[in-house]
Amino acid sequence: MSKLDNMRHTLRENKLAQIILLVLFTLVTAAAVYLMERSVTAFLLLLASLLLLYYTSFTNGIKWIIALVLLLVVIPFASSGGTSYDSYMEVATQCGIYVAMALGLNIVVGFAGLLDMGFVAFFAVGAYTYGIFATDQANNFISGDLFPLSGGTFWIFILIGGFMAGIFGILLGLPVLRVKGDYLAIVTLGFGEIIRIIFNNLEKPVNITNGAMGLSSIQPPDLFGFDFTFPHQYYFIVIAILLVVIFAVRRLEHSRLGRSWKAVRENEIAAQSMGIPLIRTKLIAFAIGASFSGMMGVVFAAKQTFIDPTSFTLIESTTILVMVVLGGMGSVPGVILGASLVTILNLQVLTELTNWLNQLSMQGIIEVPNALSPSKMQRFIFGMILILVAIFRPNGLIAAKNRKIPKEVVTGGPHQHHEVPAAPISAKTSPE
Amino acid sequence: MFASILQTLPQVLIDGLALGAIYAVVALGYTMVYGILELINFAHGEIFMTGAFAGTSVLLLFQSFGWLGNLPAWVSYVLIIFIAMMVTGALGVGIERVAYRPLRKAPKLISLISAFGVSFVLQDLVRFIAELKTGNYIISVPQLFDGRFTLGFSSMTAMFGNATVKTNTIFIFIVAIVLMIGLDIFVNRTKWGGAMRAVAQDRETASLMSINVNKVILLTFFIGSALGGSTGVLFAQQYGTIDPYIGFILGLKAFTAAVLGGIGNIRGAMFGGIVIGVLEMFASANLGIMTGGNFGAEYKDVFAFAILIVVLIFKPEGLFGKAVKEKV
Repeated sequence: MSKLDNMRHTLRENKLAQIILLVLFTLVTAAAVYLMERSVTAFLLLLASLLLLYYTSFTNGIKWIIALVLLLVVIPFASSGGTSYDSYMEVATQCGIYVAMALGLNIVVGFAGLLDMGFVAFFAVGAYTYGIFATDQANNFISGDLFPLSGGTFWIFILIGGFMAGIFGILLGLPVLRVKGDYLAIVTLGFGEIIRIIFNNLEKPVNITNGAMGLSSIQPPDLFGFDFTFPHQYYFIVIAILLVVIFAVRRLEHSRLGRSWKAVRENEIAAQSMGIPLIRTKLIAFAIGASFSGMMGVVFAAKQTFIDPTSFTLIESTTILVMVVLGGMGSVPGVILGASLVTILNLQVLTELTNWLNQLSMQGIIEVPNALSPSKMQRFIFGMILILVAIFRPNGLIAAKNRKIPKEVVTGGPHQHHEVPAAPISAKTSPE
Repeated sequence: MFASILQTLPQVLIDGLALGAIYAVVALGYTMVYGILELINFAHGEIFMTGAFAGTSVLLLFQSFGWLGNLPAWVSYVLIIFIAMMVTGALGVGIERVAYRPLRKAPKLISLISAFGVSFVLQDLVRFIAELKTGNYIISVPQLFDGRFTLGFSSMTAMFGNATVKTNTIFIFIVAIVLMIGLDIFVNRTKWGGAMRAVAQDRETASLMSINVNKVILLTFFIGSALGGSTGVLFAQQYGTIDPYIGFILGLKAFTAAVLGGIGNIRGAMFGGIVIGVLEMFASANLGIMTGGNFGAEYKDVFAFAILIVVLIFKPEGLFGKAVKEKV
């Protein structure tokens, strides 16, 4: 055994070593973020401490507590040091929004195995639900000068937006889920486009969405008179929703419903013959996935204070799909990682790279044609990620694990009734 | 209202048939690949788009050499279509080899994702090249036939208006018909066509009958993609501007056509394409009139999708397809 292997082994066994490493890493990166004027690398490394935390061998409870401390205290505090506080927080907020959406899509694609390629439509539904009522737009079709609603209603609208998106999920699912799976991909793709076209044109006969002009000056949320306007304030809203979403997803995954989803994914006919109501199970997956996206749509609308149909194009749907596929379909930690990676790639790495290349070509060192500028290469990069992951790593970065059931439960332990013949079930019959 | 709809009907029909012929030939590519692999080749719309760009770049090359004046227009047209077909055919074969073959035994979800990825990569690659060469990815295409003539429907009855026909439209009809008849003969009358049908029916048994399954699949991809590429050229000539994103919506509509005709059914795809094309033209000309100006031509894409959804609910096997029972 080489020296390196030896070290790795001790690290895996020794919790003290792990906590020292984690604390050191977090402290160094946090200090770097705090002290340096603007360093994307340091900020990304600070976020990576969460990943490091995931691989430690503490119990789940302790991991959660440390994660909360990191998310709520260390990260906001460390980034508040310099002038780029808000730009760091903007990245973190966007990450949170996309993580929640990717977790929603993960229910549909990862758990239930239904390829939805128009997922951004539900995000748009949520965003427009808040956008229409939090501007004076709604006065066009509801009489009485009631609108814009005050920012205090934002909190209710998070739920309403989720609910509306869920309704749209069911509306789309009802006709579509009766047909075979491969058509679903194309119909959802079309649905995403339809929603965008409708929002783009629904200014007549009644002006509901204000068409291509979009909705502007959307009311910011307020809580007991406190207005949310800066990214570092939205960060906490997003983290709060995200925690609820993660909790819900983890509970759902191992519930009766979650197991039904996985059964449907593995084999529809077998699942049906075990008594799983096929359509209902799929519809619930659609509705829940959509509602996560809708909630984040509301937050997005409030944060941007402006929405128009161009924010909800096919490339957005694809981005979310890439997050899920890259992270690992059906794997909650994987999807969180995938969503963060892709968001950071999109917002930070590509932009920084473009700026750097521009500087180089201004100084005349190398000539990079404008067509090849990295910030335009999203489609290419995402496409390549999809192909490469599909071929070489279909389970994604962190593969989904099925929860192990203790053997005595499966084979009929002491708590089982004795009338039930406790036939030993071989390990092979359990899924995967 | 009816009077004005009738007035424009001849023009709508001509334009709709031209568009429908394009959809039909693109739909053939979807239906052939689905028939043989049960895979929706998402990248097919992008292959069509690549064909449009390949044909146009050859045309621009001819122009820069000054050959266009020397050759008769139809000779260069046929030549360009042929070159575009070879390029896209090879592209289709390459895609199959790289992105689909390693996944033939994988779950369907994975191959769909790979196909989706291919379509994105193609869009961006074409954009690179176009933007690098011309500085702009939206390209206006020089027209080989810019003539047009008028068909005097109004002399038959006064209800109809006249229809203006581009010379290019006639060319679309001719090429589409030649391609479709050629494909029909190839699939139904030749040895390779027989092998193709055999593989579509049962891949394993076909391989036992000493059919080289991989070769047949490659051939299917080559032919399907070549058909898509040829329509790309027709499209570019008909509508005058192309960009790397035309393949997406057009591909979706062609897929709708394939589903309407019964996916896997070649004659069904031809019929479905014509129907979708005519309906779409009708919708874009008349939706505004029929709804009193509330919903205009911008909803024509929504209309095409509504058809897809209606077909999938009420007749998922399509007009000419056979309902397949899934066996356990």
